[in-house]
Amino acid sequence: MNTKKNRLSIDQNIPNQETGFSLLKYLIVGVFFGIIFVKAEIISWFRIQEMFRLQSFFMYGVIGSAILVGMISIQLIKRLDIKTIKGETVFIKEKKFKKGQIIGGFIFGLGWALTGACPGPIYAQIGVGYTVVIITFISAVAGTWIYGRFADRLPS
Amino acid sequence: MGSFIEWIRHPWPWYVAGPLIGLTVPALLLLGNKPFGISSSFRHINAACAPAKIPFFEYNWKKETWNLVFVLGILMGGMIASIFLSDPDAIVVAESTQADLATLGITDFRSLLPADIFLWDNIFTLRGLFFFVIGGGLVGFGTRYAGGCTSGHAIMGISNLQWPSLVATIFFMLGGFTMTHIFLPYIMALTGLK
Repeated sequence: MNTKKNRLSIDQNIPNQETGFSLLKYLIVGVFFGIIFVKAEIISWFRIQEMFRLQSFFMYGVIGSAILVGMISIQLIKRLDIKTIKGETVFIKEKKFKKGQIIGGFIFGLGWALTGACPGPIYAQIGVGYTVVIITFISAVAGTWIYGRFADRLPS
Repeated sequence: MGSFIEWIRHPWPWYVAGPLIGLTVPALLLLGNKPFGISSSFRHINAACAPAKIPFFEYNWKKETWNLVFVLGILMGGMIASIFLSDPDAIVVAESTQADLATLGITDFRSLLPADIFLWDNIFTLRGLFFFVIGGGLVGFGTRYAGGCTSGHAIMGISNLQWPSLVATIFFMLGGFTMTHIFLPYIMALTGLK
């Protein structure tokens, strides 16, 4: 109990923790993002089928150009040492290679083609009014729980 | 103004949508040093609601509240787009895809999601089991095992030149191709679509 209390108090001192109005900016970015998802029809089950059947360039164009813009942005931030709005240096955690990226990645791909949605579009689909996708969302949360429960027994 | 609203209501081309999605990466970094990622929200929801003493969910999820606010924003964005900016016309699906899906039993190509599958009527049927429960479960399990989804790995990871993210993205695609070309015909038949 004592250690738990200590840990909590340490965590609360981390400057990155934001609360209240400070969080509003992420809501706004999310809203813009959701609108783009819907207006480009990325949330469509059919667009994902076109992609996996190689019958339309659309999704490849979306993901490819998003990567290109992301890459240029990160390079600019690093080379020009652009700071955050609070003046912090931008820090991006490195990704370590794990077997999960192969096995888990493949499993996610199977689900992506079935649901026609990766995690972002699941939220947007619900917002648009496809309320039955709430079941997909609950299942995804449950799937993550199952992963967490058995994570230590899976090849990593 | 009227013509702008008119223009914005039509589906946006990939070269508008893709770069705007890419800009989410620097936006989140510069607003608060946050890495672009969406599937982690599933983990935070578990940590907040059902940690069940599982070490994987025992962390201070409150520090990650921004991520939950961000995905709530995505949901609200979907709502706003459908109420104020909705496209009056039906979605245009590639003819070859329509032909392929028609042989699998999909008959309705008018909305973003096929009405043959995505209905509340289907939740206690095999269709619901495969397309919502198993499909969603695979997405939740797979993304967490892989350590990210299309946003965290394909966009954020590759943008930051992380080769493990490229590996993950290749296997996302391989999984999708496998489901579409190998399993989907059987699932469509089993669930009574074909």
